[in-house]
Amino acid sequence: MKSLAVPSPDYKKSHSGLFLAFLKIGVCGSGGVASWAYRVIVEERAWLTEAEYAEMLGVASILPGANTVNIAVLLGDRYCGFLGSISALSGLLLMPIAILFAIASLYERFSFEADVKHAVAGAAAATAGLVIGTGLKMMRNLKPDLLALASGGAIFVTVGLLQTPMTSSLLIAAAATLVLRVALERRQ
Amino acid sequence: MNASLSDIARFFASLSLVAIGGANATIPEMHRQIVNHLHWMDDRTFAGLIGVAQAAPGPNVIVVSIIGWHMAGAAGLAVATLAMLIPSVCLAFIMSRVVRRYADNDIWRLIRRVLAPIAFGLILASGAVMTRAADRSILTLAITLGMALLVLQTRVNPLFGIVAAAGAAVIAGRAGFAFF
Repeated sequence: MKSLAVPSPDYKKSHSGLFLAFLKIGVCGSGGVASWAYRVIVEERAWLTEAEYAEMLGVASILPGANTVNIAVLLGDRYCGFLGSISALSGLLLMPIAILFAIASLYERFSFEADVKHAVAGAAAATAGLVIGTGLKMMRNLKPDLLALASGGAIFVTVGLLQTPMTSSLLIAAAATLVLRVALERRQ
Repeated sequence: MNASLSDIARFFASLSLVAIGGANATIPEMHRQIVNHLHWMDDRTFAGLIGVAQAAPGPNVIVVSIIGWHMAGAAGLAVATLAMLIPSVCLAFIMSRVVRRYADNDIWRLIRRVLAPIAFGLILASGAVMTRAADRSILTLAITLGMALLVLQTRVNPLFGIVAAAGAAVIAGRAGFAFF
């Protein structure tokens, strides 16, 4: 008996399934892949519940590197081991890098045109605003207490305004915040 | 601007493990070294490349890809991207294997409470550095401010804001608005 059902898309937790899921996240994620990662992994494929996703995002966000890249590694490893991580990562990066390559080549060729120069200057200014807005949003969502505000503020002033070397500033700020945070929690 | 592939690899590998909050968090350090110290490119080029990368879809690690591409073509792109990815991906993989099973919730929570404010501090620092690098006139400053408000106050896809800003800048340029 023939089924009339459309063949279901590859939502299996396989190498190709991981590759395709993250391919979609990479292509759709213009202006931020984070919301698309949630949409594809939780809402569309139901690979993780909302709570599991939040937990994984929590781990991804304390690791260095982009959250979505880390989620690709963690989820890929959970389903298919090391090669699963590679499948997910290649899916995530393939199209963005191809598109970037195309845009960059065009940019190189036409970068001396006045219109292109102006457009890029405008885009660069908008991008700076995008990053500032994102930072302020992160701050708002975090509802920081005084210590968190002080540590974020110290990083902003040293790295952003005084342009101090990032690694040492980061280590000092993290160590100082850790000591103060532990002391603060002990007292309560 | 003489960067060999091994210079590029070393430079981005050294940034990989301090990219708390992703590649965007390392923009101040990239700017400090690439523009101020090593003189691999000027402010305008730096700001332009980052603007182009942010307009493209994908995770923000591609900011690094486009800088590598500008310095050494396709090989530079591959080397910069891999150098930025490999250390942090290895760490994520080790975490996935080791820590998942033995994770002590209190310690996770503490690390997150320490790192979260540092992450937003770094992103705001990036914003400051990018604003300065992209600053050409009162118009670019107005664009930056408007975009920050748009992102903060609405849920509009930021790509629209970037495209609108590029369009506005072209029109202003055609109208003879002194830009450069």
